[in-house]
Formats: sequence, C-alpha cells, structure tokens
Amino acid sequence: MHSFAYRANALLTFSLTVLALMCAMASVSDNFNSPSPTSQVQVLNINWFQKKPDGDDEVSLTLNISANLQSLFTWNTKQVFVFLEAEYETPKNALNQVSLWDGIIPSKEYAIFGIHTANKYRFIDQGSNLRGKDFNLTLHWHVMPKTGKMSADKIVMTGFKLPDVYR
Amino acid sequence: MGWVGDQIDSLRSMNVRQLLTQTISLGMIITSALIIWKVQQCVTGSESPVVVVLSESMEPGFQRGDILFLRMSKDPIRSGEIVVFNIDGREIPIVHRVIKVHERQDTGEVDVLTKGDNNPGDDRLLYARGQLWLHRQHIMGRAVGFLPYVGWVTILMTEKPIIKYVLIGSLGLLMIASKE
Repeated sequence: MHSFAYRANALLTFSLTVLALMCAMASVSDNFNSPSPTSQVQVLNINWFQKKPDGDDEVSLTLNISANLQSLFTWNTKQVFVFLEAEYETPKNALNQVSLWDGIIPSKEYAIFGIHTANKYRFIDQGSNLRGKDFNLTLHWHVMPKTGKMSADKIVMTGFKLPDVYR
Repeated sequence: MGWVGDQIDSLRSMNVRQLLTQTISLGMIITSALIIWKVQQCVTGSESPVVVVLSESMEPGFQRGDILFLRMSKDPIRSGEIVVFNIDGREIPIVHRVIKVHERQDTGEVDVLTKGDNNPGDDRLLYARGQLWLHRQHIMGRAVGFLPYVGWVTILMTEKPIIKYVLIGSLGLLMIASKE
C-alpha cells in the first residue's frame, strides 16, 4: 500500500480529477456572464456586379463594419471569432449564407473595432438571382473559451438591397 | 534492480486461479471502457464523439493536441459552425468552420463550404477532385466544447508507435505482477 507505484498512481488520478473539475467549473462560470454587444454595418459602395462566365452572379462590396464586443469576454475566453455574413433567399435555395469577412479578436482591448474593407470572400450566388435582391447582413461571433463549452450568437441587420442592373 | 527481482519472484509464485482472476478483471476494465465509448456515441449522435486537433489550420483558437467534443443533431447546418468532416479517400477527419451555406427549397439539402480560420483560402483544395461543396453526409459532427493539451497523448502514440507498445507492455507487466 505504500510503494512508489501506488502513491504515484493515486497522485496522478487525484490531480487529473481535480484538473477536470477545475475545467468544468471554469466553463460553468461563463454562464454568469450576460453580454450586451452592439454593432453597425454600412455598405459604402457596390464596386462591381456581374454575371460570371459560368452563369453565377458575383458582387463586390466595400463595407464599414463597426462593433463593440467587449462584454463577451470573460476570464475564461481565449478569443472571439467574428464574421459578417450576407443572407438571402432565392427561388431555388431556401437559404443562402455567404461569409463576406471574418476576423479574430484575441483579447478585450481589440473588441471595439471599426474597419473599412472590401469583402474578404467572394459573394457568389448559385445562379443568377442577385439583381434587385434584398439581403440581411448578420454579424456572428463565436466565443472560444480557454477550456469548456463554446457559444455563439449574432446580430441581424436587415434592409440591404443589391442594384437592379449589373455594373 | 531489487524491485525487478521482487516482481520476477512474485510472477513465479502465481497459481492458475490468481492468473484467471487477473485476466477477468482486465477483461472487465476493457469491456467497461468500450461500453462507455459506445454510450457516448449514442448520446452525442456522432460516430466519434471526441477528436484530436492535428493541424494548425484553426489557430489560435484550436492548437495541435487539443481535443474537441462533438455533437450531431438534426438541426440544419448553418454558417459559422465548426464542423468535423471526412473527405472521400482521406481517412483523417478535418475540423474547420463553415463559411458558405446554400440550402435547397424543396429537399432541404445543403451545399456547404468550409475554411480553416488560419488558412488563407477555403477548403476546395482539400475536397475530392471535382467536388465543390460538402453535403450533410460528409459531416460527422459539430464541435461544442474543447479541452486543451489532452490530445497530445494520442498524437504521441500515433506518431511514435514505439511509445504505444512500451506503454501497453509495461501496463500488462504491472497487471500480472501485482497481487490484487
């Protein structure tokens, strides 16, 4: 009962159990945080809007994205992954979600931001349905903890519309 | 060295009944581990409820050696979710984020495009030849939680199999040589 092997085994099991418990408690502590993020997006310019040779529409936008996501950060947060997405409906597809821009916020100081950018990922439709299309711009964020359960949420901003003709 | 001598002595003084008891307890341990594994699969709805992160394509969020807990539900796949998927012809599952979703009106089937957070481009390079989109059948689960560093044991055992043999060998020896 007192050999080195038994003691080492008992110590290892105990420390692993304590570690697992601490990770679980850290994850539970995230539930006590009630975040209140805000954001605002403007489409500053439609750079161009064309039908590609393969028949799909593509549009390039310049966006101004600003947000305050500081309330999402807790002591157990490793980073917040934020991305902006266009959502719209077409006759063939009940839902289309196209990610236009994303970024990583490593800590609370960077969580207030405003950027002026062209879309990072191409806004391409499956087909030629984008003329005059109404779409929502949704800012999603994904809170990735140092340990435990991840959570995600979004703010939907409606009222954006693409031009009726190509340019 | 005297410790090794003691172990060898204890090995010699074994009788058949003790050996059988040892084997049965070992079998019980292995079986209960298997039962826990299978129950996990049922509860989370996914074929492998836990995966180890193998590459740096999702840094800084997921580092190599972290483990991810997966869950698969009938909920539709939406942009921003971190999914684990298999490509036909590749055996290692990939953990990346969904960046584009196109869902059909009539059938509800989805075309999905993924990208690793740390990769410059989307995953079309990784998909099978001629494949532009992922579909629901490729996706094994969504990541819902994670634990850092714990997966290193699995990575070490896969990349240096000698460690696996040494570990199992010494475990087996300890099992046999202990008197309980």
